[in-house]
Amino acid sequence: MTLVQILFLLFGLVTLLASLMVVTSPKLVHAAFWLILALAGVAALFILLEATFLAVVQVVVYIGAIAILIIFAVMLTRRVMHDTGPQVNRSWWVALLVSLVLFGGLVLMLAQVPALAGTPAPLMVDQETLLEDLGRALVDADRYVLPFELASVLLMASMIGAIFVARPPSGSEERSGER
Amino acid sequence: MDFNFQDPFTSIGELLRGLLLGWGLAPGLVSLILMLLGALVLAGFAMTLAGVFLTWLDRKLAARIQDRLGPNRVGPFGIFQPIADAIKLITKEDIIPEGAERAIFKLAPMLAVMSAVGIWAVVPFAPRLIGTDLNVGVLYIVAVGAIGTLSIMMGGMASNNKYAMLGAFRTVAQMVAYEIPMVIALLVPTMLAGTMGVGGIVEAQRGGWFIVLAPVATLLFFVSAMAEAGRAPFDLLEAESEIVAGYNVEYSGMKFGMFYVAEFLHGVTIAALTATLFLGGWLGPGAQQFPLLGLVYFAIKTAFVYLVISLIRFSMPRIRIDHLLAFNWKLLTPLALAAVIVTAIADKLAPALGWNRAVVHLTANILLAWATFEALRAYARGIRQRVEVQPAAVETGGAD
Amino acid sequence: MIPLSWYLILAAAIFCIGVYGVLARRNAVAILMSIELMLNAVNINLVAFWRYMSPGVISGQAFAVMVFAVAASEAAVGLALIISIYRRRFTVAAEEIDMLKW
Repeated sequence: MTLVQILFLLFGLVTLLASLMVVTSPKLVHAAFWLILALAGVAALFILLEATFLAVVQVVVYIGAIAILIIFAVMLTRRVMHDTGPQVNRSWWVALLVSLVLFGGLVLMLAQVPALAGTPAPLMVDQETLLEDLGRALVDADRYVLPFELASVLLMASMIGAIFVARPPSGSEERSGER
Repeated sequence: MDFNFQDPFTSIGELLRGLLLGWGLAPGLVSLILMLLGALVLAGFAMTLAGVFLTWLDRKLAARIQDRLGPNRVGPFGIFQPIADAIKLITKEDIIPEGAERAIFKLAPMLAVMSAVGIWAVVPFAPRLIGTDLNVGVLYIVAVGAIGTLSIMMGGMASNNKYAMLGAFRTVAQMVAYEIPMVIALLVPTMLAGTMGVGGIVEAQRGGWFIVLAPVATLLFFVSAMAEAGRAPFDLLEAESEIVAGYNVEYSGMKFGMFYVAEFLHGVTIAALTATLFLGGWLGPGAQQFPLLGLVYFAIKTAFVYLVISLIRFSMPRIRIDHLLAFNWKLLTPLALAAVIVTAIADKLAPALGWNRAVVHLTANILLAWATFEALRAYARGIRQRVEVQPAAVETGGAD
Repeated sequence: MIPLSWYLILAAAIFCIGVYGVLARRNAVAILMSIELMLNAVNINLVAFWRYMSPGVISGQAFAVMVFAVAASEAAVGLALIISIYRRRFTVAAEEIDMLKW
C-alpha cells in the first residue's frame, strides 16, 4: 500500500465519519461543525486528485461562506429547536432503508463497470496551465460561457431573493435594524 | 561544499540536505524533514519577531500616543515584557466554563493561530525564500483567512456566554461582509501580474510597485483587511466597552494567549501582505544578488505598514456597527468592483494606445478616486439638505 | 495509485448519507446540511472522473465550479427561507411547515 493510498483512506474515513455525524448527531451545532470537517475532508480529496484550485475554492466557498451561514442560522433558530427532542421524523427507518438500498445498488453497478480499476495517467500539463485552461473554458464562447453566465445570473437572483425573503415583515417595530 | 554568502538560505538548505543524505536517509524523507524544519523556522521566526519585538513596539507607541510610559521594567526599555507576559499566561489557571462545548472551545484558539501563521506559507520573504509558491496563492490567503473567521465564531459560541455570542454574531456580520471587497481588491494585483502566485506577483512588480499602478485597490485591500482582522477602529467583535471582550471573554491562561498572539500575528500578516502584494515585497536595489538584503527590504516595508496600522488603531474611535456595514456595502464593495473594471480597461487600453502602462493606470485610478469623492460629496450634500429641512431626521438616524 | 472505484464508492457513500439526512432529519437546517453533503459527493465524482477519464479536457472542473455556484445560492435562499419561516411561525421543523397541506 502506497503513501497516497494511505492518505486517501485517512481522508476518506474522516470525511465519511464526519458526514455520518452530520446526519446523526443530536445537537445541531455539533452537526454543523462535523459538516465543516467533512467539507475539509473533501478539500483534501481534491488535493489528492490534483485539483488544487478547486480545493482552495472549496475552503473559501464552503467553509468560509456556506458553513458559517449555516452555523449562523443554527444559532438564530436554536431557541425553538431544543436539542433534547427527537431529531428524526417517524419514518426514519424508511429513509435508512432507501439510502442503504441506494448505496447497495450503486456499489453493485460500480462493480459491473470494468474500466474503474485503472490508475490515471500522470498529468501532462502543470497546474498553472490547467488553471489558465479552466479560466479560458469558463469564458470561451465555444465552451462554458453560457452556463457560467447562467450561474452568475443564478447567484444574483438568489442574492436578491434571499434579501427579499429574509427581510423583516414591513411595519415591524425594529426600524433601527433596517437600512 | 563552499558556503555562498550571497545566497545563504539556499546554501544552508543544500548543506543540511547533504548532511542528512550523508546519514543514509532516503531522499524523500530528507525533503520531508527539510520542509518540516523550514516550517518550524518560519513559524518560530514569525512568533519571535511579532510576539516579542512588535508587541513591545506596539505598546510603547500606544503609551506615547496616550501620554504614558508603557512597559519599562523588564529588561532594557522593558523589551522583555512580552516574555514575562507569556510566562504569566502559561502559569495561569486554565478555565473551561460550565456548559461550554469543550472540544470546540479548545480547538478555537489553535485554529486562530493556525490561520494567522498559515498565510505566511505563501509569503515570499526574499528571492527563493518562500514556503511554497502555490499557483493559487492569493486564493489560498483568502481561504486561510476564512478559517480565522471560523475560529472566532467557534470561540464565541462554544463559551456559553452571551457576550461571547454577541461577539460571534458581530464577527459573522463584519468578517463575511469585509471579505468581499478584500477578495475583489485582491483581483487587481492578480490581473496586473497575470498570476495568482504570490511569488509571481512580486516578480511582476519589477516595473513598478502596484501601489503606483493601483492606489485605489491598495487602499481598499488595506482597509478591508484591517476590518477582516478585527483591528481598531473595526474591533467590534471584542469591543471592551460594549460587550466586555467579545468572543474571548471566557478564555484564560494560554488559550487567551493564543487568541492574543493570533490577533497580533494577523496584524503583522496584513502588513506583510500589503507589503508583498502592493509595495514590491523583497524588491529593492541589489536584492537579486543578495537575498539577505531582500529580507531586510521586506522587513522594513512590513514594519512600516504595521506602524501605520498601529497609528490608525490608537488614534481612531471605534466605528458603530451599522456605519461599519453601510461603509462596506455602500462604499467599499462598489468601489472595489469599479476598481477591477477600471484596471481591466486600463490594462487593455495602454498597449492599444501605445502609452506608458503606469501612467494610464495611475490616471485611471485618479479619475476613479475623484469620481468617488464627488459621489461622496453629493451624498453628504443630500444628507445635509435633509437635515436642514427637517432637523428631526437626525434623531431617527438620517445620518450615515 | 488509487483506483477510480475507491473515489466513486466513497462519493456514493457520502451521497447516501446525505439522502438519509434529507429524508430523516426533522430540522430544516439539518436537511440543508445533508443537501450540501450530497452536492459534495457529486463534486468528488466530477473531479475524479475528470482526473481519471479525461485530464486533457477541463470540463469536469468546470462542472464542479457550477456546482459550487449552485450550492452557494441554494444555501443563501434556503437559509433565508428558514429564517423567514422561523420569524413567522416559530418553528424550523420541516414537518410542521404544512400550511399548503389540506
